Amino acid sequence: MFSDFMLTHAWLIPLLPALAFLWIGFFTRLHKKRSAAIAITMSSLSFLLACGVTWAVLSGPITMETPFVQKTLWFEIGSVRIFMGSLVDPLTAMMLMVVTMVSLLVQIYSVGYMAHDPGAGRFFAFLSLFAASMLGLVIAVNFAQLYVFWELVGLCSYLLIGFYYDKVSAREAAKKAFITTRIGDFGLLLGILLLQITFGTLDFQELKVLVPAYIWISGTSFMTIVGLLLFIGPIGKSGQFPLHVWLPDAMEGPTPVSALIHAATMVVAGVYLVGRAYFIFSALPVVMNVIAWLGGFTAFFAATIALTQRPIKRILAYSTISQLGYMMLALGVGSLTASMFHLMTHAFFKALLFLCAGAVIEAMQDEADIFKMGGLRKKMPVTFAAMTIGVLAISGLPPFAGFFSKDEILGAAAAVSTPLYLLGTLTAFLTAFYMARLLFVTFFGEASPGCPATETNAFMRWPLIVLAVLSCVSGLWGHFAGFGEWVYFGAAEETGIDWVIAGTSTVLSLVAIGLAYEIYVAKRWSAYEISQRFGVLYTLSFNKYYIDEFYTLLRRTFCDGLGRILYWIDLHVIDGIVNGLARLVGVLSTIFTFLQNGQVQRYVAVFYGGVIVLVAYSLFYAYKVLTLLGGAF
Amino acid sequence: MISFVEMMHLALHVGLPHFLLLSAVLFAIGLFGLFTKKGIIAVLMCIELMLNAVNINFIAFNHYMPATDLSGQLMALFSIAVAAAEVAIGLALAFRIYHDHHTVNVDDLNHLKG
Amino acid sequence: MNDLILSLHRLIDMGMTMAEELGTPEIILAAVFYVFAGISVLGALGVVLGRNIVHSALCLTASFIGIGCLYIFLSADFLGAVQFLVYGGAVAILIVMAIMLTRREDMAHSNPSRSIPHQLAALVVAGMFLLAMAAVALMSPFQTAPADIGDTVTGIADLMLTKYVLPFEIVAVLLLIAMIGAIILAKGVDES
Repeated sequence: MFSDFMLTHAWLIPLLPALAFLWIGFFTRLHKKRSAAIAITMSSLSFLLACGVTWAVLSGPITMETPFVQKTLWFEIGSVRIFMGSLVDPLTAMMLMVVTMVSLLVQIYSVGYMAHDPGAGRFFAFLSLFAASMLGLVIAVNFAQLYVFWELVGLCSYLLIGFYYDKVSAREAAKKAFITTRIGDFGLLLGILLLQITFGTLDFQELKVLVPAYIWISGTSFMTIVGLLLFIGPIGKSGQFPLHVWLPDAMEGPTPVSALIHAATMVVAGVYLVGRAYFIFSALPVVMNVIAWLGGFTAFFAATIALTQRPIKRILAYSTISQLGYMMLALGVGSLTASMFHLMTHAFFKALLFLCAGAVIEAMQDEADIFKMGGLRKKMPVTFAAMTIGVLAISGLPPFAGFFSKDEILGAAAAVSTPLYLLGTLTAFLTAFYMARLLFVTFFGEASPGCPATETNAFMRWPLIVLAVLSCVSGLWGHFAGFGEWVYFGAAEETGIDWVIAGTSTVLSLVAIGLAYEIYVAKRWSAYEISQRFGVLYTLSFNKYYIDEFYTLLRRTFCDGLGRILYWIDLHVIDGIVNGLARLVGVLSTIFTFLQNGQVQRYVAVFYGGVIVLVAYSLFYAYKVLTLLGGAF
Repeated sequence: MISFVEMMHLALHVGLPHFLLLSAVLFAIGLFGLFTKKGIIAVLMCIELMLNAVNINFIAFNHYMPATDLSGQLMALFSIAVAAAEVAIGLALAFRIYHDHHTVNVDDLNHLKG
Repeated sequence: MNDLILSLHRLIDMGMTMAEELGTPEIILAAVFYVFAGISVLGALGVVLGRNIVHSALCLTASFIGIGCLYIFLSADFLGAVQFLVYGGAVAILIVMAIMLTRREDMAHSNPSRSIPHQLAALVVAGMFLLAMAAVALMSPFQTAPADIGDTVTGIADLMLTKYVLPFEIVAVLLLIAMIGAIILAKGVDES
């Protein structure tokens, strides 16, 4: 059976890019075109396999409750048996599709983007490993496997953000990304260990049975701690407040990497983890509240920062944080469907936006400030069209992808909590505004004289077109093909449209876009004056609420202070002890040098003196034993 | 205490203790030489004496104890082989030392002193 | 070599039969033991106390031969033969060669000892060791009836190629290494 074959060979999907990584890393690293060909071939193969798996899931008996699981013993420590394998359910299938497709398109785009970079071979190797890690994470059968790939994803992001390792800022950004996400990973690891200790297993299917029973018996108090610890991982990985600081800096890597990180691989890992472990989170009201409010706050908070930023990729980075906040919000209000739906549509339009941004930056010869661009509409028509579709999609205008998914999130939020709904809607308004600002400032207006921009090459253009098409249709498809009957938790969800909510947000988005048009194109109001009027708020937002500075201050105060104290201790206490010991040894050695005169015979004499003592000692005891036994002689 | 006659009786009935005592005496003589000799070759000769004393023990035990096989003798044989290797190396070293330092006197060879 | 073993065997057998005929085997055996033990101990003393190193080497050889005779007394005839060949022959010649190669001015004082206080200290240590060892020897069970172990050459060969084959091989390698090492040591490294 074809579908059986596909399911039993799902493990090949992460393996193929991993092979590409090894192959490129060992053999063709220095050969640009061959490396690209290998990476793209392997990605295409794993994309085809993912298509097959998705087909098998859609046509077969696989549902969220009855996933396909295939596993083999990985290692055994004492009584702990850890398996690895592949778990395929509709959620996995959706993720596999999204990740393979986006990474394939990004790799094709990279052929054009990295054409003149001498490190392109290395780049493709890392991209392949990145895709492999994320795919491995997606099909993990238990927390241990998931955690391994989770860390691998972090490693790859470190390697790729720091790809231009001769640039100080890139190195710093890579370290920041790695260390910040490590903070989250530590919480995740603690959570996983607590699960292992409590339940004796990390397997998703087994935990799915054990956790509700445990909560039913002993209440939610302990599991709440576990849930919060587990959630710290996604906070770091998915750039939620307050660990979001690494994500904007991650744009130091090449733009295709940003697209990959922001759309398909790195940041959605956190959302996916919450979705995968939803059977734990959904049973814990406190944790759900935390997730919802943190997501909502992050969405709003990042949107306000994005309003005032100037580098094009930084705006997109904050919009990613904001959209991830949306996904968390959806998870927190209990709608796995809405969250995953938004994850999918977001992956497409955010990849599109980033790749467009990459095209623009390359055309402008590494100029990233949007206010130094302008008038690119005529010079780069395809990029402009793609960017427009992306902006409309993220702003949530019908019939583009974002409309359906955002509407579902807002609907789910409205059903649970009005403040969260209001926060979400306000964020939607802000999102539309800053994305429209980005679009208008970059592409409208007058081109500066001597602007070097021209349309991008074919390798970069086609992925844009494919992603633009996907951004148009994926929402419609998800809505009408019944995404909610496919990926859900608990009961299958109807994907109906609440016209009041959808209408409100659409109208607000249109208003926001109009406002942006008035300010930045028609110039009815001066942007400068507005920023002056909101003085304090503008400064706060422009400086990202000084969070980086706050962390620096924290670090200076506590880490450096602690370091200074430890340095003092090291200098005076530990060195004092060591020096004292050395002096003691010196004094003792002057005594013992009497014995150490270099004469072999003296050594032999001392040695035999020792032997005699030992023999006499043992003789004494032997004599005692013999007398006990009745007479020695 | 045992009487003189008994002692004579014991002395004339040769058995395991006789050999052990002989071995101990040879060993002690070797040891004494090891401590007192100055020449490196003489020291080596004393070491050979001590090794032989040990071999006597092996063979005596093998002979007098209710052994089932000849492991003791075989051990002595191995010991002889190792001693042969040792004497070859030792004498080569002595020759080398004489060649380099023009002395075979152990007193002059105190380079181990730090 | 076989002739040597056979003749020695025959000699001892003759002594045994004579002793049995005489009816006082124990005394004859004791006499044989004390004679050879005396040779060994006197030889050893000669090594330690001799002033001339060539004399010391000769005394050492005498001591080795005495010990070899005791091996035969202990019915370890093969070991006795090995003792004669290796110690009485090879090692003795090697030592004499080494003495010859390391020249000294006056042969009469070629085997000096350390000062009298040193000698006294050494005597104390060695004496105490002897006392301890003698105590051990006397505490061991007084065994006079020898165990019957049969043909030694076959027995040793069997053991050597079955139970102790690994040590046997290792000893072979060790000897080879020692030989190469001795050659290299004595020859010296080519400085250029």
